[in-house]
Amino acid sequence: MQFMLLFSRQGKLRLQKWYVPLSDKEKKKITRELVQTVLARKPKMCSFLEWRDMKIVYKRYASLYFCCAIENQDNELITLEIIHRYVELLDKYFGSVCELDIIFNFEKAYFILDEFLLGGEAQETSKKNVLKAIEQADLLQENIDFQMRLFAGVMLPNMVSESSGLFQN
Amino acid sequence: MPAPIRLRELIRTIRTARTQAEEREMIQKECAAIRSSFREEDNTYRCRNVAKLLYMHMLGYPAHFGQLECLKLIASQKFTDKRIGYLGAMLLLDERQDVHLLMTNCIKNDLNHSTQYVQGLALCTLGCMGSSEMCRDLAGEVEKLLKTSNSYLRKKAALCAVHVIRKVPELMEMFLPATKNLLSEKNHGVLHTSVVLLTEMCERSPDMLSHFRKNEKLVPQLVRILKNLIMSGYSPEHDVSGISDPFLQVRILRLLRILGKSDDDSSEAMNDILAQVATNTETSKNVGNAILYETVLTIMDIKSESGLRVLAINILGRFLLNNDKNIRYVALTSLLKTVQTDHNAVQRHRSTIVDCLKDLDVSIKRRAMELSFALVNGNNIRGMMKELLYFLDSCDPEFKADCASGVFLAAEKYAPSKRWHIDTIMRVLTTAGSYVRDDSVPNLIQLITNSVEMHAYTVQRLYKALLDDISQQPLVQVASWCIGEYGDLLVSGQCEEEEPIQVTEDEVLDVLEGLLVSNLSTPVTRGYSLTAIMKLSTRFSGVNRIKKVVSIYGSSIDVELQQRAVEYNALFKKYDHMRPALLERMPIMEKTATNGPTEIVQTNGETEPSVVEPKHLPPVTQPANQANDLLDLLGGNDVVPVIQTTMPTKPASAGGELLDLLGDLSLSGGPATAPASSVPTSQPSFLLDGLSSQPLFNDIAAAAIPPMTAYNKNGLKIDFTFERANPNPNVAVITIHASNSTEADMTEFVFQAAVPKTFQLQLLSPSSNVVPALNQGTVTQVIRVLNPQKLRMRIKLTYTLKGSPVQDLAEVNNFPAQSWQ
Repeated sequence: MQFMLLFSRQGKLRLQKWYVPLSDKEKKKITRELVQTVLARKPKMCSFLEWRDMKIVYKRYASLYFCCAIENQDNELITLEIIHRYVELLDKYFGSVCELDIIFNFEKAYFILDEFLLGGEAQETSKKNVLKAIEQADLLQENIDFQMRLFAGVMLPNMVSESSGLFQN
Repeated sequence: MPAPIRLRELIRTIRTARTQAEEREMIQKECAAIRSSFREEDNTYRCRNVAKLLYMHMLGYPAHFGQLECLKLIASQKFTDKRIGYLGAMLLLDERQDVHLLMTNCIKNDLNHSTQYVQGLALCTLGCMGSSEMCRDLAGEVEKLLKTSNSYLRKKAALCAVHVIRKVPELMEMFLPATKNLLSEKNHGVLHTSVVLLTEMCERSPDMLSHFRKNEKLVPQLVRILKNLIMSGYSPEHDVSGISDPFLQVRILRLLRILGKSDDDSSEAMNDILAQVATNTETSKNVGNAILYETVLTIMDIKSESGLRVLAINILGRFLLNNDKNIRYVALTSLLKTVQTDHNAVQRHRSTIVDCLKDLDVSIKRRAMELSFALVNGNNIRGMMKELLYFLDSCDPEFKADCASGVFLAAEKYAPSKRWHIDTIMRVLTTAGSYVRDDSVPNLIQLITNSVEMHAYTVQRLYKALLDDISQQPLVQVASWCIGEYGDLLVSGQCEEEEPIQVTEDEVLDVLEGLLVSNLSTPVTRGYSLTAIMKLSTRFSGVNRIKKVVSIYGSSIDVELQQRAVEYNALFKKYDHMRPALLERMPIMEKTATNGPTEIVQTNGETEPSVVEPKHLPPVTQPANQANDLLDLLGGNDVVPVIQTTMPTKPASAGGELLDLLGDLSLSGGPATAPASSVPTSQPSFLLDGLSSQPLFNDIAAAAIPPMTAYNKNGLKIDFTFERANPNPNVAVITIHASNSTEADMTEFVFQAAVPKTFQLQLLSPSSNVVPALNQGTVTQVIRVLNPQKLRMRIKLTYTLKGSPVQDLAEVNNFPAQSWQ
């Protein structure tokens, strides 16, 4: 996979993951043009298109478009399954995920994606394992202060660290 | 300083902005706050600030001032910091910035961290955006992690290794030992990523590929794993709609494809499992079809037995009938790949494919069109063409050009009859006339010229088309050319193929003049129609009208038209006796390669038996931008009076007149304008050299032909040197060397030559037209002569010496005997 873009029906970018090195300007250009192209497609059309020299696979889930650019040797149908798996993971994590969840927790969406794909390929095919890893990492975020101080031999009664407030509502 | 606002708070605030300007204001304010916070080197809130910056970056605002802060976060001990820091690095940094190299050390430390999630972060970042330098530095760490027993890390290390190999292919070797027992893992994540790694290695290196085939016995291992996946019962962890780990299955099939390609043993070893997958996979959901798709691709690529291939094509056939358009699309794509090798099998599905032309989806239509063209053959040409022409009528503009080209190609290859061919072309021109490629106009003209018996029919149909619609330029151009050539047939009502129409000369001229004045006509089209009108002066009886039109355009603003009109006028006034000869019918044109007019030897009319009248000089009427090579040679800028390239000598008077013609008429280009493209690139240095008479075509026979002096008078000496052209030993290449022994330069030097009818002559451009005084240099020019017999030549020289023009004629008879043997 070369990149994955998530955008709304108005063309607002919600997530962008690039697996190929491109300049910021190029990324912006590709994003702008591709978003336009995909949004212009009618609902009954097929999920695949050739754009520039890449194969594009896209699927709409509610108000969000999930759009991937894959290499010529890649299997388009399985890419649809990869997109679906990612949506399932988000759904499980957020509980009935909607676009707002991804807007307000974009960093989490990235973390989940990074546990599922690495360098453009799937690293874990078990839904359970991906979610478990995210869960553990989240816990780690809350507790690291505690663990670090534990190693240093210092016990603190109150373990709520300041940084964890970032991710609380 | 108050605590910076939280991420969520910021997001909420920004979303309340009602206009772009309002949003920009908020962002700028927040950026300023963040910047001052960064300056204070505040560790506590750095994470929060960078996260906010990332959000603003996603909205499209610049965030580069956060790059170094990301690095500080990565270096921090807090996991939260690291998480955001690495995310920031992946979003804001890339290998084009030097800053990213500073990450290398941090990543190295984190790869050895005690917490696997930190190691995971490092592996992920390296695997996504590591540059070649970083990869080189850290490959060793990745390799170590590839051997760990921790499957969480092992799978990430495998994909990281894939990235390293992509960036620095030389490092592939170092990962080889670690791959030894990757496939004996139970963990699906590790299995999947290992297969990806092995695929990458096999794709990149044929050595690796054969190593894995033979030494590692990869194929049996993969077959075993695949079998287990299919046969094993329900596994909730990896199940997708009843299929066990489709991602892994697809990957394995892909690796099998690479291993089995061009290898009999491997292909045989996987035959059974492929058949099993092909027949047992559930096809009701997309997942199953994804696996079948991959299986079909594999079957087609390896050396599978024919039964298996038929199975694969049938699967594709079923896909074509599937309701899901994605599946249909994928089927068409695969069929396109296999149509060359399994043509007959694909032909069986032809009708389904043709039906797909009517699909609403653009991608499917395009695929169906490509596939349809691939399936056209001599047997189905009529039926297929009907469908394709119907498609051409109704398709989107983006398809028309490709479809038109495809139709032309197919028609050329498989046309059942000339009439059908011309009808088909006419249909394309009338429906998609503005989309046909530029070179189709000369190709068409050539086709029409060569179908001698269809001339009357063709010109009639084209005329009728013109009456309907003059907006499609290629159609109009071909039509005007034809009317110019065959207008007499049109007016005389000689058509056999269909009901002849009654057309008067005036009506025809009306139409052509209409083209000249119409807004819809491009300059090129106008050129075509003016020339056509001129040609009709020899075919029609009413010349006065034509004379009038031509003289009007003599003052046209369009330079091209003006030039033509002026020359045609000159033809009327001074050279009326030349007109019939110049404007005669075109001979049959040879289809030539698209490069190298130098390979063309001018054909004189009488050597072509199929042409009706004997020809003397083929008229040059092609406009400047035509790709037709024959006519290109005759004049890039469309000089009507023929350039001196063919000068068959007629009985003395006519011959003399010809040479007179060339002398008196101010050719808008002299020989110097014979297209530069006709000089082969190796020539210029030789010509300008003028030093050695040794030819570039090193033919031993050439050395045997001695040079000779053709002319030596009044200080001007012309020597001829000979060689035989390598490709065609019957062509003698004569190079003239003109030298000047007088005190003054001879300027505007023009060399012209004429040969008897039985020869064919071609004159290339001279090195220059100034012969320097006192033998300081020579002007060279190349003549190519097709000469089966004793050569005779008449030459004419013109130059200006000391301000006064000089002209001379001479006969050259003293060619050495070897030059024609």
